[in-house]
Amino acid sequence: MSFLSVRDLRVHFPTIDGVVKATDGLSFDLERGKTLGIVGESGSGKSVSTSAILGLHRRTNAIVSGEILLDGVDLLKVSDEDMRRRRGREVAMIFQDPLSAMHPYYRVGNQIAEAYRVHHDVSKKAARARAIEMLDRVGIPQPDRRVDDYPHQFSGGMRQRAMIAMALINNPSLLIADEPTTALDVTVQAQILDLLQDLQRDFDAAVMIITHDLGVVAEMAHDVLVMYGGRAVEYGATKEILTHPEMPYTWGLLSSIPEVDADPEAKLVPIPGNPPSLLNPPSGCHFHPRCTHRDKVPGDLCRTVSPELTPGTRGEGHLKRCHLANPDVVYEREVLPEIAPDLVEGR
Amino acid sequence: MFAYVVRRLFIGVILLIVMSLVTFLLFFLMPQDPARVACGKNCSIAQIKQTEKALGYDKPALTQWTDFLQGVVVGREYPEDKSLREKAPELISDCAAPCLGYSRVNQVTVSEEIKEAFPVSASLAVLAFIMWIVGGILFGVIAAVTKGTVVDRGIVAISLVFYAFPTFFIGLFLLKFIAIKWGWVDVPSYTTIAEGGVGGWLSNLFLPALTLALFFMAGYVRMTRAFVLESMTEDYIRTARAKGLKRGPVLFKHTMRAALTPLVTMAGLDFAGLLGGAIITESVFNFNGLGKLAVDANVSYDLPTLIGLVVLLGSFVIVANIIVDVLYAVIDPRVRVG
Amino acid sequence: MSDHQLPMAGGMPADDPRSRAEDPVDAAASGFVEKERANPAVAGHFDADPILTVKDLRMYFPVRSAGIVRRTVGHVQAVDGVSFQVPKGGSLGLVGESGCGKSTTGRLITRLYEPTGGAIEFDGRDIAKTSSHGLKPLRREIQMIFQDPYTSLNPRHTVGAIVGAPLLIHNILPKDKILPRVQELLEIVGLNPEHYNRYPHEFSGGQRQRIGIARALTLQPKLLVADEPVSALDVSIQAQVINLLQEVQREFDIAFLFIAHDLAVVRHFCPEVAVMYLGKVVEIADRDSLYNRPNHPYTQALLSAVPDVKQAAIGGRRERIRLEGDVPSPINPPSGCRFRTRCAIAQEICARVEPPLLQIGKRHKVACHFAGELGHHPERPVTASLLGVDDTGTPDPGASPSVGIGNDPGYSDTWFDLERKTMASA
Repeated sequence: MSFLSVRDLRVHFPTIDGVVKATDGLSFDLERGKTLGIVGESGSGKSVSTSAILGLHRRTNAIVSGEILLDGVDLLKVSDEDMRRRRGREVAMIFQDPLSAMHPYYRVGNQIAEAYRVHHDVSKKAARARAIEMLDRVGIPQPDRRVDDYPHQFSGGMRQRAMIAMALINNPSLLIADEPTTALDVTVQAQILDLLQDLQRDFDAAVMIITHDLGVVAEMAHDVLVMYGGRAVEYGATKEILTHPEMPYTWGLLSSIPEVDADPEAKLVPIPGNPPSLLNPPSGCHFHPRCTHRDKVPGDLCRTVSPELTPGTRGEGHLKRCHLANPDVVYEREVLPEIAPDLVEGR
Repeated sequence: MFAYVVRRLFIGVILLIVMSLVTFLLFFLMPQDPARVACGKNCSIAQIKQTEKALGYDKPALTQWTDFLQGVVVGREYPEDKSLREKAPELISDCAAPCLGYSRVNQVTVSEEIKEAFPVSASLAVLAFIMWIVGGILFGVIAAVTKGTVVDRGIVAISLVFYAFPTFFIGLFLLKFIAIKWGWVDVPSYTTIAEGGVGGWLSNLFLPALTLALFFMAGYVRMTRAFVLESMTEDYIRTARAKGLKRGPVLFKHTMRAALTPLVTMAGLDFAGLLGGAIITESVFNFNGLGKLAVDANVSYDLPTLIGLVVLLGSFVIVANIIVDVLYAVIDPRVRVG
Repeated sequence: MSDHQLPMAGGMPADDPRSRAEDPVDAAASGFVEKERANPAVAGHFDADPILTVKDLRMYFPVRSAGIVRRTVGHVQAVDGVSFQVPKGGSLGLVGESGCGKSTTGRLITRLYEPTGGAIEFDGRDIAKTSSHGLKPLRREIQMIFQDPYTSLNPRHTVGAIVGAPLLIHNILPKDKILPRVQELLEIVGLNPEHYNRYPHEFSGGQRQRIGIARALTLQPKLLVADEPVSALDVSIQAQVINLLQEVQREFDIAFLFIAHDLAVVRHFCPEVAVMYLGKVVEIADRDSLYNRPNHPYTQALLSAVPDVKQAAIGGRRERIRLEGDVPSPINPPSGCRFRTRCAIAQEICARVEPPLLQIGKRHKVACHFAGELGHHPERPVTASLLGVDDTGTPDPGASPSVGIGNDPGYSDTWFDLERKTMASA
C-alpha cells in the first residue's frame, strides 16, 4: 500500500441553496520522496481536498467522506484530538500568501518555535534554538538576528522560507504546499522551488503541490492530477500527461498559456466559457459545456453520462475522464499543431 | 514614539483653542441676550447693562475669548471690572491658572464646579467601563464560538433588546423596580469613598453604572462577535490550526489578539466621552456629575461653565486618542513609528 | 452595425483608415474573440511615429523622519531616469519584479502622480507638468485597465452606469444615446448587451475584466495603460482576455503600454519589451532580441527562472541562473549599477560608474558594462572607452568620452557593435 492513499474523497458543504460538492470522489496515491502536483483553476476543489487531508474542515459546515490512509491510518476515522496531534507533526502545510499566513503581531521566531513546542515538550529556549536552526536551513541570512523580526520586516521570499521552516520543523512525512509560489516574483519562485526540492531530498517527505501553473508542476512533480469541477479529470506521470494528454480540459490548459519561448505570432486558444458552478454542476461530463471536441462523441453521451476515470490509450498508468474513443489521435492531429507546431515536426 | 506623542499633543492644543473660539462665537450668535437671562426677569435696562459689564459680556466676543485664553495660561481675578473690584474687595475671587472662568450663576469658579462634579462622572464611567468591557467581550466571544447555535442567537437577540431600549428607560426601570418597588438595593445617591468606604461607593454606583454598561455592552457584544468571526477566517488562523495548536491557544492567543485591536480604539473613545458625563443616566439617578452640570449650564446660559466643559471634554477625547494610538503601536508591531 | 466605426463625434483619429478598412467582418456574427487573422497591425507598427515618448522620467517619493518636526530625510527612487517610446497603435511591454517601478511608471503616464522630473510627450504635447484641469482632455485619450477586476469596479453601480460614466462626465453624447453606445461596447468585449443593468458581482472574474476593458474603450482612447490586466484571472480565462485585448488593439488602432510580471504574456502581446530593475530600464529591445539574445545578466536570470512546461515535458529543464538575496531598498540603491549586488559578473567598475543604456543593435539597448549574450560576457567593460574611464571605473584623463550616449528614448540609426567594439549601422 502507498504511503498516502486517498480513496473516493468527498467534501460537501450543505448550504441553503443546496449541497456544494467542492470535491466529489477524488482518489490518488503518493509515496515518500515523491511529489504529486494537483492542477486546477479556482473552484476546482484542489484546496478543499488538501484541507480535508489536514483535517481543517469544521464538522459544523462540511461533510467529509471517503478514506485518507496515511501510513495505513485512516485520518477520517481518528478522533479530533488524535488528528490535532498529527497536524503539523506528520502532515504540514505551506500556504499561498506568506504575508497573510503569518500572524502579524508575533515574531517570526516565536511562531516557528510555537509549532515545535506544540508537539515537543521542550523549553522555550530550546525551541528558539531549533527555530534558528531551521531558519538557517531554509537559507535566511543571519538567522539568530532575524528570528526576532516580525513578518512585515521580511521580504516575500523570506516569509515563504520562514513558512517552510515552520512546516518542516517537526520533520513531517507529508508536506502540502498550496500555491507556494503564486504570490512571489519569478526569480524568487525559482529560489523557493529549488529549496523545496532540496529539502524534500533531505527530509524524504511526500510532497503535494497545489497550483494552477503547469510550469511549476512540470518542474516539481513526479505525478500530476488535473482537477475540474471537484473531480480528477486526468491523472498520471507528469511527463506522460504533459506530452500525451488525453483530456480536452488538459489540452485547453496547455494551449491557453503563452510560453516564454513560443512563437509570439501563434494565437492563444482559450477555453471558452467560464468554470462550472459547484452548486449546479453541468450534467454528464462537467466539462462538456466548454469542450470543443464533444461533437466527436456519438449521441448525447457527454451531456447525459458522466465518464468514469479510465485508463488512457497508452496504458494503466494514465487515467482520464473522457468519452472520446481516440483521444491520442485527436491530440496528435488537431491539438498539438495548435500548441506547438515546432514539436510536431520533431515527431 | 515620544516625538509622535509630542506632535499629537501640539495638534491637540491647537484643536482645543479652535474649539473654544467656536464655542464663544456660537454663544454670542444665540438670539437671547445672556445678560438679561443672568440678571433675571424683572431687571431694568440699567441693571441689565450693569450685569453685562459685571459678567464681561459687554466686550466683543473676540476680546472675551483672548481674555479666556490668557486666564488659562496665567490665571484671572473676578469680577472682571476693575472698578467693581476696588469698590468691594471682599467679592474678589482669585482664579489661578489654568483658569477656565467664573460661573456667575453658581458664584464659583468653573474649576471648582468641575472639581465637585468630575469624581461623580469618573466613578460612574470607570465602573460602567469595567462592566461593559468584561461582559461585552465575554458574551461576544461566546457568541462567536457558538455561532449559529441557540446560545449565539440568544446572546445576539438579548443584546439587540438592550441596544434598542433608550438609556432613560433602562435607568428608570432599574430605579423603579429594583431600588424602589422590590427594594433589593437602596435608592442610589452618590457617596464618595471617604464618606461611605469602598462598599458604600460601589453599592450606590451599581445601578447607574449598570444602566450605562448595559447599553454599551450590547454594542460591544455584537462588535466583539463580528471581529472574532472575521479574524477566525484569516489565513494565519488556518496556519495556527495547521500547526496542530489546541483550540484554546488558537482562540485566545491568535484569534483574540487580532480581533480585539479595533475594540481598543472604540473603548478608548467611548470611555473618554463618558468621563465628560452621562447626561441621561446622571439625570435619571439625580447624580451631580459633569453631564448634569452641562445641562444646567445650558439652561441658565452659563457661558463660563459651558466653555470650561467643552475644553475639558475636548481634552479628554484628544488625550484618549493619543493613548489609543500608543496602545495600538504596542499591540500591532506594524504601526510602530520611529 | 457592420463594423466598429462608431457613431461618435471626436475621439477616434480619422487619419488612420487602415484598421477599419481592413475589418469588414460583422463582429457580432463572427464572434469577436474567435476571429482568426494575421496580425498586420501589431507587426507593422514598429516604424510608426511614437504616440508616447517618455524621457528621463523620475518619481521620487519623500521619506519623512519620525522626529517632532517631520523633515524629509530621503527619497524612494521608485522611477529613476526611464526613457522609452510607444509607437502609434503599437505596444511596449514593461516587465520586472515587484518594486521595480513598472506600475509607478504606468501611473505617471496616466498622470495619477505628478512626476518629479522628466518629460512625457503624448501625441505632441508634454503632459508631465500639466495641471489637473488641463488633464481632462488627456483622460479621454489615455485610459487604464487595472489588475483586480474585483475591486476596480464600483459594486453599487450597474455595468451600464460604469461603462457609460465617461460619456456623461465628458459630455460627449446626449443622455438617450448613451445606452445604445454602452450596449455596443459590451458587445465588442464579448458580453451580452442585454446585461447592461446588472451589477459587477453578477459576473465572473474574466467577465469583469471585460467590463473594465469596455469602460476603458468608451472614450476611444489612443493609449491604454494595462497594469497586470490578466494576472488575477484563472489560466483558462487569461487567454480569452489577452485575445480580446489584441482584437481591440487591432480594431481601434490603440497603443498599449502593457505592464506585467509574466514574461510569457508580455512576449505574446508586445513586439517590444523593456525590462526594469529598481527604478531603471536595464534592457529594452524588440521581442526577438530580448527573449532570444538577452544581453543583461538580470534579463538572463529572469528568463531562466520561468518554469517551462514544454521543456520539462520533453525532458530535463533549463539550467537556472540563481539570483541570491532580495532586491535592495530603493531608498538607498547601490552605487553605480543597481543590479551589481546580485550580479555574478560584477566588477569594480560596476560600483563606480552607472552603465549607460547603450544601443547594441538595431532595436536593442542594454545597460551593462559587460553586456553580452549568456556565457559570452566580455572580460573587459565594453563601456569604459565610451565613458572615458579605465577598466576599474576611475576617470581616464587620456580617453575621449563619446557624448550623448544613454538616456534618449527610441533608437538611433547607428549603434555600438559589441563584437567589433565600433559603431555600426544597418
